[in-house]
Amino acid sequence: MTALDPALLGALPELFLALAATVLTMVGPFVVDSRRQWLTRAALLALVAALALVPIAPDGPVFGGLFVVDGFAKFMKVLVLGATAWTLLIAEEGRQSASMRAFEYPVLVLFSAIGMLATVSASNLMSLYLGLEMMSIPLYVLTALKRESRHAGEAGIKYFVLGALASALLLYGCALLYGFTGTTAFDALATTLPDASPLGAAAGLVFLVAGIAFKLSAAPFHMWTPDVYEGAPTPVTAFLAAAPKVAAGALLLRVLFGPLVGLADVWMPAIAALAVLSMTVGAFGALRQTGLKRLLAYGTIGHSGYIFVGIAAGSPEGLHGACIYLAVYAVMTIGAFACLLAMHRSHQPFEQVEHLAGIGRRRPMFALAFSTLLLSMAGLPPLAGFLAKLYVFRAAVEAGLFWLAVVGVLASVVAAAYYFRVVYVMYFADGDEDFERVPGRRITWTVTATAVTALLFLVVAPVVVEAAARAAGTLGL
Amino acid sequence: MSTWPILSLLVFLPVGGIAFLALTGRADAQNDRNARDVTLWTSLANLALAIVLAMRFDPGQEGFQFVEHAVWLPELGVAYHLGVDGISVLFILLTALLVPICIVASWTTVVERVRSWMVAFLAMEALMIGVFVARDALLFYVFFEAILIPMFLIIGIWGGERRVHAAFKFVLYTLAGSVLFLIAILTLASMAGSTDMDRLAATSIPLEAQRWIWIAMFASFAVKVPMWPLHTWLPDAHVQAPTAGSVILAGVLLKLGGYGFLRFSLPMLPAASAEFVPLVYVLSAIAILYTSLVALMQRDMKRLIAYSSVAHMGVVTLGLFTASARAISGAIMQMLSHGLVSAALFLVVGVVYDRRHSREIADYGGLVHSMPRYAALFMLFALAAVGLPATSGFVGEFLVIVGVFPVSAVFAACAALGMVLSAAYMLWLYRRVVFGGVPGGAPLPDLSLRETGMFLPLAILVLWLGVQPAFVFRLVEGPAAELAARLLAAQTGGGA
Repeated sequence: MTALDPALLGALPELFLALAATVLTMVGPFVVDSRRQWLTRAALLALVAALALVPIAPDGPVFGGLFVVDGFAKFMKVLVLGATAWTLLIAEEGRQSASMRAFEYPVLVLFSAIGMLATVSASNLMSLYLGLEMMSIPLYVLTALKRESRHAGEAGIKYFVLGALASALLLYGCALLYGFTGTTAFDALATTLPDASPLGAAAGLVFLVAGIAFKLSAAPFHMWTPDVYEGAPTPVTAFLAAAPKVAAGALLLRVLFGPLVGLADVWMPAIAALAVLSMTVGAFGALRQTGLKRLLAYGTIGHSGYIFVGIAAGSPEGLHGACIYLAVYAVMTIGAFACLLAMHRSHQPFEQVEHLAGIGRRRPMFALAFSTLLLSMAGLPPLAGFLAKLYVFRAAVEAGLFWLAVVGVLASVVAAAYYFRVVYVMYFADGDEDFERVPGRRITWTVTATAVTALLFLVVAPVVVEAAARAAGTLGL
Repeated sequence: MSTWPILSLLVFLPVGGIAFLALTGRADAQNDRNARDVTLWTSLANLALAIVLAMRFDPGQEGFQFVEHAVWLPELGVAYHLGVDGISVLFILLTALLVPICIVASWTTVVERVRSWMVAFLAMEALMIGVFVARDALLFYVFFEAILIPMFLIIGIWGGERRVHAAFKFVLYTLAGSVLFLIAILTLASMAGSTDMDRLAATSIPLEAQRWIWIAMFASFAVKVPMWPLHTWLPDAHVQAPTAGSVILAGVLLKLGGYGFLRFSLPMLPAASAEFVPLVYVLSAIAILYTSLVALMQRDMKRLIAYSSVAHMGVVTLGLFTASARAISGAIMQMLSHGLVSAALFLVVGVVYDRRHSREIADYGGLVHSMPRYAALFMLFALAAVGLPATSGFVGEFLVIVGVFPVSAVFAACAALGMVLSAAYMLWLYRRVVFGGVPGGAPLPDLSLRETGMFLPLAILVLWLGVQPAFVFRLVEGPAAELAARLLAAQTGGGA
């Protein structure tokens, strides 16, 4: 074996994961059913190893400038890999049916993770597109992995068709930008865009942003989210909701605050409009939902709106706020879906809000943890979600976008209404439905750990805020 | 200065109680008893601590005392900054006194999910005291808004038949107000570069900005007070809340709005406050007169007292926005007095509710025959609510009227008319419940030792503050004079 080319050291986590995923793909078919869990363990090990490699990778461009490794990429990679590993960990206990135990599951997760890492590090329109596709295609397959479920199949097709459309839009945007500037490299774009035709550049920007907004499930590109969240098997939904959102959010930040920062006057109002739409659609859409997964789907739409509030500020504070929001969002989402996974019942699903009636009495600790996570998502102090919202609103206020901040907080009141509704069903309503105990402790520990994080976040907040500030600082601006 | 962090201790002692409760095992009769004991002793220890704080507090000294400061989120300018002045000390005492009384009041009436109940109350205590000691705007906000969660559970789990409606109305009303307050804090912070309340008060803000910030803050505090026409959540919340919940709601939570005016609107935005005085006056006068008339018409005892609270808080807001040290001290006195008296009145209702399970006035009558001790205590608190001299209720209302009179005789007359109306509805309530014919059913037993015990401290304090209000004024005259001077300067300075 020859030594690795030092110029490739920056892509060490990606290369390692790719190697691991390839090996698992080849070994996978030969592993008998009873040993399948070893595949998942190996995949987990690979993810953790890649996580450990992230800080080691030296900063700088890789692959002739297609990739870049900087503090921002590292921050986001830690989030992405952490979220991927964590959701894979809890998925193991949540995957009950035979088709869900297929060896492809951990392998697809690994491939998607490689795509996410590439997305986060992209510094060229080509690698941007490649990364996003590599992230998305395994997700489409994962959504439809539960073959015996028609819902999963429907969700998979829907996700794929709409996702392909979004990819096409994105690619069209890339093509326009290339056509008007003659380059696909981010740093070259930054210097040539000011001289390019403003209309052409703006058109490219709009398509590019629309494509990424689809991945972030921001309104009006959110239509797929509730159906896919509901149709996909819950372990997949958990994965889908956490890591890819962070990757797409990171990509949007990198593009807007990097090469397209010169067009800030164009994209700031557009992002603000997306923020308003997403926050209101998320808040009002969730009010009428009876299914927990659909409710969380609308929650996600709302959360992307809050991230956009930070971005719309177009300032270092906004970038910082969005980074914090992504980090908090990932942890809260994992916690909430771990709660959903914990509510397992073999004969019929336990996914309706009304099923929770009386859980507060029968399972007080679980209800407490779930409520904490939900109210944290609602942004109530002193929980974690409050601090995340605080930072994005602060960015909006400092940028003079008072109206956006006011719309945002009012939307968060509406959002609080539906989060409180779940809490109310758990504690105030009477019911006798119950779920079975999930074997194993991973889900229980995840629920506990995330709820405690949400509760005590203000204590550890300075560390997270500082890390996000360092990450945001390396993005230039 | 004190060498040990007494303010942090006051905030975190109840949290320690919660941690202890969380460690107890399954919910059985033994553990429920233990939970009650632990909570009572924790809250009594906190009361003792609050008394120590009051004794060691030096009213002669200017500014804030027992200051604790630790950097928290430096880049936002947020710090863990605590401190108390005379006003805070009084409200801390009020909170620390009412919580053990609530625990005693719910000793036998709350039998379901006892441990959760106790946790909710200790959490409330920690957060309420947190509001009163916070010297950082963001810290204040965290405490201020977090109170919603335990209160939502207290109304929603242990409340009456329409508790869900009431709990949601309470949360959404208050939340809608307070999120605007958050925007106001962020705007102020972006101007001052810090969320430290001393820094914010020292920053001069352009009048145009002051107006918007003032309105955003007003949305929050006016809902909390509550001021007419934002008061409609209060009767629902009070009627549906369990007795102890009503006590803490009327006793402390309603004071948070007034306290917010004292800490934010008045010192930080004096020019805007001066401009909006007419608005506050008109809303207060409507609150006093209109809700008093509404109170007259109520058939539900708790609803009647809830409306009377709105009227009494109208007097408070009238006093707070008057550029006179006398009126502001009077308003603070009125807040304290209302905290004691309305808490006691909700306990009074709770006592008969526990016996007959009805809040309808028509279901009662002639209680004086079977419950003489109860009748006597009820009389005392009813008269204090009316504002009879020698009770705490008189001192506050009188000072507010005296303070407002030179500014506007009309509004002073409104406040005075409010006192007359309060006599009408309180005494009529008293006559119908305590005297008159007995409506059948077994005679109700008189107050037990436990119930007498929870009324006694309130009764003593109501009388003591009525004849010896100097204790309060010694603590509040400094800060009140400063606020009045600020407001006066803004009024005469043409809004500079």
